[in-house]
Amino acid sequence: MDLLEYQGKQLFAKHGIAVPSGEVANTVEDAVAAAEKIGYPCAIKAQVLIGGRGKAGGIKIAQNAEEAREHAGAILGMDIVGPHGEGPFRVEAVWVEGGSDIAEEYYASVILDRGEKKLLAMVSAKGGMDIEAVAAEDPEALVKRHIDPSGFDTAAARSIVADAGLAEDALDEAAEVLVKLAEVAREEDATLIEVNPLIVTAGREVVALDSKVTIDGNALFRHQDLAEIADTVDDPQEQMAKEKGLTYVKLDGNVGILANGAGLCMSTLDVVAQAGGAPANFLDAGGGSKAEAIVNALEVIKSDAKVSAILFNIFGGITRCDEIANGIVTASQQIDLGMPLVVRLDGTNSEEGLRILAEADLPNLHQEKTMLDAARRVVELAGGAA
Amino acid sequence: MSIVVDEGTKLAVSGLTGREGSFHGLRNKAYGTDLVAGVTPGKGGQDVEGTPVFDTIAEAVTEAGANTSMIFVPARFAAAAIDEAIDSGVETVIAITEGIPVLDMLSTYWKAQEKGVRLIGPNCPGVLSPGKANVGIIPAQFFDPGPIGVVSKSGTLTYQIGNELKQAGTGNSSIVGIGGDPIVGSDFIDILKLYEADPDTELIVMVGEIGGDAEERAAEFIASDISKPVVAYIAGFTAPPGKQMGHAGAIISGSSGTAQAKKDALEAKGVRVGESPTETAAIAAETLRSP
Repeated sequence: MDLLEYQGKQLFAKHGIAVPSGEVANTVEDAVAAAEKIGYPCAIKAQVLIGGRGKAGGIKIAQNAEEAREHAGAILGMDIVGPHGEGPFRVEAVWVEGGSDIAEEYYASVILDRGEKKLLAMVSAKGGMDIEAVAAEDPEALVKRHIDPSGFDTAAARSIVADAGLAEDALDEAAEVLVKLAEVAREEDATLIEVNPLIVTAGREVVALDSKVTIDGNALFRHQDLAEIADTVDDPQEQMAKEKGLTYVKLDGNVGILANGAGLCMSTLDVVAQAGGAPANFLDAGGGSKAEAIVNALEVIKSDAKVSAILFNIFGGITRCDEIANGIVTASQQIDLGMPLVVRLDGTNSEEGLRILAEADLPNLHQEKTMLDAARRVVELAGGAA
Repeated sequence: MSIVVDEGTKLAVSGLTGREGSFHGLRNKAYGTDLVAGVTPGKGGQDVEGTPVFDTIAEAVTEAGANTSMIFVPARFAAAAIDEAIDSGVETVIAITEGIPVLDMLSTYWKAQEKGVRLIGPNCPGVLSPGKANVGIIPAQFFDPGPIGVVSKSGTLTYQIGNELKQAGTGNSSIVGIGGDPIVGSDFIDILKLYEADPDTELIVMVGEIGGDAEERAAEFIASDISKPVVAYIAGFTAPPGKQMGHAGAIISGSSGTAQAKKDALEAKGVRVGESPTETAAIAAETLRSP
């Protein structure tokens, strides 16, 4: 789960990392009121879960109330696309923040290094820009060091910030920030914490001017405050899926996908794309064979207006295909799909499952034997690519 | 031969008194796995259909001779249960549980390394050595004994490929589900090493997915250390960046962890990568037949 900038900064503040004061606003009026309270100049920053906001016009400086109104009006409601094509993300909130007098811009992060199975600290004196580009052009400018699992103290942190070439008079404070970032990782179950830029102000104070924080969704049971953030989902289908306890990811095609198991579901999306179709979603039906689970899943998929045909790809392992077929028959009595459903049943008791479906002779239900045939069929029925 | 589990496996199941644990533990026993103990704190002295239950895994080792532990404990208690298993004296710990906080797994991973215990999982379907032993939730009916070793991040995708291999008239030395979490006890490389040393394995099928760089690392390792042919499949070409695709570890971060990058890395080292599960199984069967 990713946090918005201001949510990450609130987490930083809780752990004693200096952040500029600010307020979150969902309307232009609230944004202007916040700016009036904070004073000028102030920054109006789009709150979306993606980098590259500045380039996209999502961060503006206001010198007075008129400008605050103008900028908040322009930013709220805009759609921002990420540097790797993520999104678009609609801006629902802005963070209004006191202006900072920037002397230096650095980069600091603590991330989970999956390959090495350790937390990795990274620091650079070249902050305020795309760090992947810095690492590509000038790898030595980015100091990377693994955090000793047995402990990470100020001395270890100081050697990292010193090696990164930060200003001498900022080293102690920057080291302290790095130690606290590692503390945020461990205590808040964050798998990624990035501060870009970490600034030194004209008054030589070290302040986190931005935040990018990812919290481990599996650890939310021990973080009540963060779990509440996780409950707010913008996308209506994702919200509906969450309420029904389904693993769903919205995509932008017209072929609805339901498969059992995360790997098979990902593979199903790929095979549909290879067949020339555009998947509308990822939905892992898990081991659920009951009609209720199938109805829930189909309702979520159907609620996406773009979807014009659905592929239900099942490989029965412990879940038996005959149970799933019965689930589909019952589900079809409870929900009117109003579009073709292609079913591919393979695995345990698949022959029995296929027989049940054939006997039920459901309108608009098409059976295919292989994943590839099923993908071709559903793409054809959906009317080609979206 | 086979890897990780076989006729010598003496299994203790943590969580055997629970619904999932008893269902799968007893299925494993029915397959022929030597289930010697269940472990549930506070339920020592009871039995599950004749299998004695102990309070601790250490007791299952000393009293019942367990050498392999399977963890079916709910997520929030699972890391502690794995830690207990690592300290108990078993050689292998197979953790099925999904949803364990990843930072808990960091310390558990290093504990297993330190003690020299082989940890498989978590969030994995387990390990099956056809005809010998099944530890976990893999449906054994799709796999016959044979020369192909399978290592995979995914469950159902593996069953799909296994079924196609079976229809192509071949089978498996072992099937190892390494799990779909960001931190797992054994990576592709650890299992590739075991297959390389296993005389019954002639070919290896590796099933990866988006997220992390385990496939890229495996590609390097295959080039330097694996003499047997490897056929790979990667899922998630259509996955958008920044979205977790079911498995906790299946996420493209920025531009890293994409299926295309993994496919490219493997192909650059001469590993054939199938376009679909069906094609992957077909390539494996064909490679095996060609002299």
